[in-house]
Amino acid sequence: MKEFLIGKLNLEALPHEWFTIGGTVAFIALALLVIIVLTRTKRWKWLWDEWLTSVDPKKIGIMYFIVAGVMLLRGGLDALMIWLQQALSSGSSHGYLSSDHFQQIFTAHGNIMVFFVAMAFIFGLINYIVPLQIGARDLASPFLNTLGFWLFVAGVIMVNMFFVFGGQYAATGWLAVAPLSGTQFSPGVGVDYWIWSLQISGIGTTLGAINFIMTILKMRAPGMTLRKMPLFTWGSLCSMVMAATVFPLLTATLFLMFFDRYFGAHFFTTELGGNAMMYTNLIWMWGHPEVYILMLPSFGVFSEVVSTFSRKRIASYMSNVLGMIGVSLFALSVWLHHFFTMGSSADVNAFFGVMTMIIAIPTAVLVFTWIATMHKGRIRFTTPMLWFLGFIGTFSIGGMAGVILAVPPADFQLHNSLFLVAHFHTMVIGGVLFGIFAGLTYWFPKIAGFRLNERIGRYAFWCWLSGFLLAFTPLYVLGIMGATRRLDHYDASTGYQPLFIVSLIGGLVIAAGVVLQIVQIIASVIQRKQLMDTTGDPWDGRSLEWSVASRPPSYNFTVIPQVTSRDAYWDVKQLGTLKTAYEDILVPKNTASGIYISAFAFLVGFGFVWHIVWLVVVGMIGIIACVIARTFDEHTEYTLSAAEVKKAEEAREKKTAVARVHKSLAIGEEMGLWEFIVIVVKWALDILKNKRWRTW
Amino acid sequence: MTKHKNKRSQEKPVRLLLLGLAGLGVLIMMLLQGTDITLFSPKGLIAGEEHRLTLLIVAVLLVIAVPTLSLLYFFAWKYRESNEKATYDDHTRHGNFFVFSVWAIPTVFMLVLASIMWPAAHKLAPKMAIAANAKPITIQVVAMRWKWLFIYPEQNIATINFVQVPVGTPVQFELTADETPMSSFWIPHLGGQLYAMTGHQNQLNLIADVPGDYAGRSAEINGAGFAGMTFVARASSQQGFDEWVQGVKSSPDVLTADVYGELLKPSQNNPAAFYSQAQPDLYANLLIKYSGSHGGHTEHE
Amino acid sequence: MVTIGDNHHEEAANDRVMFGFWVYLMTDLLMFAVLFAVYAVLQGNSLGGPSGGELFSLHLALAETLILLTSSFTCGLGMIAARMGNKKQVLTWFGVTFILGLSFLGLELREFSSLIHEGHTISSNAFLSSFFTLVGTHGLHITSGLLWMAIVMVFVVRRGLNQHMVRKLAMLSLFWHFLDIVWIFIFTVVYLRAFV
Repeated sequence: MKEFLIGKLNLEALPHEWFTIGGTVAFIALALLVIIVLTRTKRWKWLWDEWLTSVDPKKIGIMYFIVAGVMLLRGGLDALMIWLQQALSSGSSHGYLSSDHFQQIFTAHGNIMVFFVAMAFIFGLINYIVPLQIGARDLASPFLNTLGFWLFVAGVIMVNMFFVFGGQYAATGWLAVAPLSGTQFSPGVGVDYWIWSLQISGIGTTLGAINFIMTILKMRAPGMTLRKMPLFTWGSLCSMVMAATVFPLLTATLFLMFFDRYFGAHFFTTELGGNAMMYTNLIWMWGHPEVYILMLPSFGVFSEVVSTFSRKRIASYMSNVLGMIGVSLFALSVWLHHFFTMGSSADVNAFFGVMTMIIAIPTAVLVFTWIATMHKGRIRFTTPMLWFLGFIGTFSIGGMAGVILAVPPADFQLHNSLFLVAHFHTMVIGGVLFGIFAGLTYWFPKIAGFRLNERIGRYAFWCWLSGFLLAFTPLYVLGIMGATRRLDHYDASTGYQPLFIVSLIGGLVIAAGVVLQIVQIIASVIQRKQLMDTTGDPWDGRSLEWSVASRPPSYNFTVIPQVTSRDAYWDVKQLGTLKTAYEDILVPKNTASGIYISAFAFLVGFGFVWHIVWLVVVGMIGIIACVIARTFDEHTEYTLSAAEVKKAEEAREKKTAVARVHKSLAIGEEMGLWEFIVIVVKWALDILKNKRWRTW
Repeated sequence: MTKHKNKRSQEKPVRLLLLGLAGLGVLIMMLLQGTDITLFSPKGLIAGEEHRLTLLIVAVLLVIAVPTLSLLYFFAWKYRESNEKATYDDHTRHGNFFVFSVWAIPTVFMLVLASIMWPAAHKLAPKMAIAANAKPITIQVVAMRWKWLFIYPEQNIATINFVQVPVGTPVQFELTADETPMSSFWIPHLGGQLYAMTGHQNQLNLIADVPGDYAGRSAEINGAGFAGMTFVARASSQQGFDEWVQGVKSSPDVLTADVYGELLKPSQNNPAAFYSQAQPDLYANLLIKYSGSHGGHTEHE
Repeated sequence: MVTIGDNHHEEAANDRVMFGFWVYLMTDLLMFAVLFAVYAVLQGNSLGGPSGGELFSLHLALAETLILLTSSFTCGLGMIAARMGNKKQVLTWFGVTFILGLSFLGLELREFSSLIHEGHTISSNAFLSSFFTLVGTHGLHITSGLLWMAIVMVFVVRRGLNQHMVRKLAMLSLFWHFLDIVWIFIFTVVYLRAFV
């Protein structure tokens, strides 16, 4: 009976180690804080109606940003714990973590950073920007979009669930390599949490990818042919096509792994004919393209940023587009370079080495087009541009390291070493994350209605860049010294420790950068009136998202624009203004189906993790019922009449006119760090002096 | 006013960064004083060739990367907004020549790299026997949780976490694993790594040219004892090797099936151990044990 | 009450949804591709256990194939009726399709249960793991197809053949044909090859 009710769950699964107790307490505290604030301010209904059930891709985009930001802190904390352990654990000292705990931390760090930070930021950007760039009012399927988002949230909760139940995460590395991840070597629930958090969020990703492919291919404004599409949209399209191609592989592979663990099947086991090498192949067939799924939208962001801040159209648009297409095609055929050391024949290894080098060609083409775009431009060094210039330097180093690793004999010596770790962090931080930061800063005025503080933004950038170099240059060197990755302890005679300490300091500098970014946002909120973007076009932009107000109305465009050229808005600005007329607009209704389905999907996953069959059944029936209810609901849209649109637009115009009265601050005139500290201290003193908490 | 301020506020951090980078370089150099930078001091033919190949690739890459990056940062500086002398032209045409060169230049470089890589990948394939005057010796390696078992079939001895080889003699390591997740056998001073997997035999050919003790380890994560799964690879003269073998042969311990069963149990940070005799068909049985998966054959994929 | 937009809007939406469904089918196909590849790698790994030739019945597989092919045909007839707006015929043909699908599923379950009864389960060896997974995944798709079909029928009866329903039927029949094609591959790769 007990087994039926709670499966393998028992009291021992409740938190009893310092890190699980800490995690659980942190979670409960955070949840309580949110609940108290929402209840006190009577915001529950507002939150539910305006945000959680919203199908507006702009709002969903912002929710992605929030979750990703929180997860960035969570994954960053993991990173600092890894750094600290490695800096301490030399010779007779064994640091402060057990090897098992250390392995769980780097596994969680990898999963969180890739799936719940980078992917989430990318999806957020695509959600917010792509419809605006292509002149669409909405996505092809607003429902699939909220469903994808909530499945992603279910994955986020699942990956953190081990704090509360089970107390252990997978200790297998972020890809849970077989047979290490089989029940023979990992009997606990850690790998099951890994499977289900990736499975649930991965299905969300597939649905999201299908949705964006539909949107980009079928919903562009009239006149916007594929050859006139903005480059961020192109990057997103390539990325989403790749996601729709490889995420099904991940889904299938995870199911096979699940069958191994749950039903005792023998796909990747060591016994009874299982083939672990097949797992390595399958997971990297997804895993390598995954990196490019993150990278391509970043490339798109940089193309937009370079072009805008050089005040020039992109040089050789077609080369840039073909470069991105080339990258995405070749990315599908290089997976074996992740395991040259598994013992494939020289021909196979050399073939995949060549394929990997080929992929460097379109990437180099992209860099060349950016250089040529800057040529004879007028370059403004705003923070997005700084992120770009930082990116190019780090990306080139990382790219070169990548080409070295693509040479099988060189890889034999560098594989699994910290050189490899440094390489992919260079790509993912210097490439993806810098791109995300550039994009967020660039589009922030559009998203929030006011631009970010550039002064503090610059400090944050310099902290990130120097911290990054300080943290990862030693790792390249350590790799050359023969240090493998994932070491929770090493011998003092190796001489690794000083470099690990330098690396830790770099990590702390990066952490300072993150703090500065938070400060940057708060400082900008304080000065939001002076930083207000009243024009909708703060950077003198070139594509359609700058033609609408900041923040855009829920329907994006009052009039669907007619596109005649590549830099659709730039040309409009040169020729004259857009005409304004009002028409009826069909708007999708909010829906909570996505939340319900994801909640049931979570139950299914949780039931499978703990072998609670009835929970699985309940979850599945719930999913089916919700899907039926949703698909046969024929009234998912409503009409916003031309009169209502006109009213809304005029109200907005009035508000903007009021805002224009405020003196706006030029770049570099915002409050600096010191002024910010003064303001915060004054505020705190004011609270203390006047006992303001009494009124809360 | 802002223009001026902008310019200054941008130049300072760049200078600081360059200074910092130089400082970081010096710092790392200082920290490395007296430390052996493993991959830069190869002690065997294979490691040496892999080292040379890597440097060659780096050189080729720098030929394209340095001018590209210099040009990029030069343009960023030259076409800055505050520089009123620089021309601004939004309507630059990027004609066929431009398109041709942006595709042709990287293609040429990658062709050069590929033509270096292809023969090297074949020449330095782990399976490739090393040509030398001395007759090669075979050492069977079993990855276990979390230790390395070395069996010398010709000498009929076995060791744990210690392997000795004669200098100048090619060594054929035959790698497999037993009841252990994928592990990676790596002696960086002597050459690149290769996986050891259950039911599967991989062959790694290495040679030591300089006597000495070299650190070896598993480079692939395989569970809790991963970090401590290290061993010492000692290269000695032929005479020293022979003496060592005789020494091991006088060890009281024998690798019987029972002892092997004990070894199979997971244990961490194991000290070296020596067995004067090894059960003869032990290694062959390991491949048969898992024969459903790969029948012990050495062909791959 | 919300009015459904003008025809143009409706057509564009139709076009989008059908396109999206095609993309979905491609992703599903890729998932099957993985399962086929895995089966191809593992089919020899029965570790001394019986091989496919000793376990499968070609007659049964052939019967399943014929039933599914026929159901694809009747599904097509149903779709023609749907396009012509003939509700009664739609119900008839999809009803026939449903019964055929159900009998296919029945045969498959019988095969599975007799195998499991003889002790050949998903955990017996790698070959059987991949067999049960590949064929079972197809069976699961058939099951969800049947469930979907039943529900659409209920709504056709209740709401009549409106545009939404025709679109749903079109997607359903696409799905059904897709499963038919996948089955042909399963029949060839799993059953026919076992007897070659």
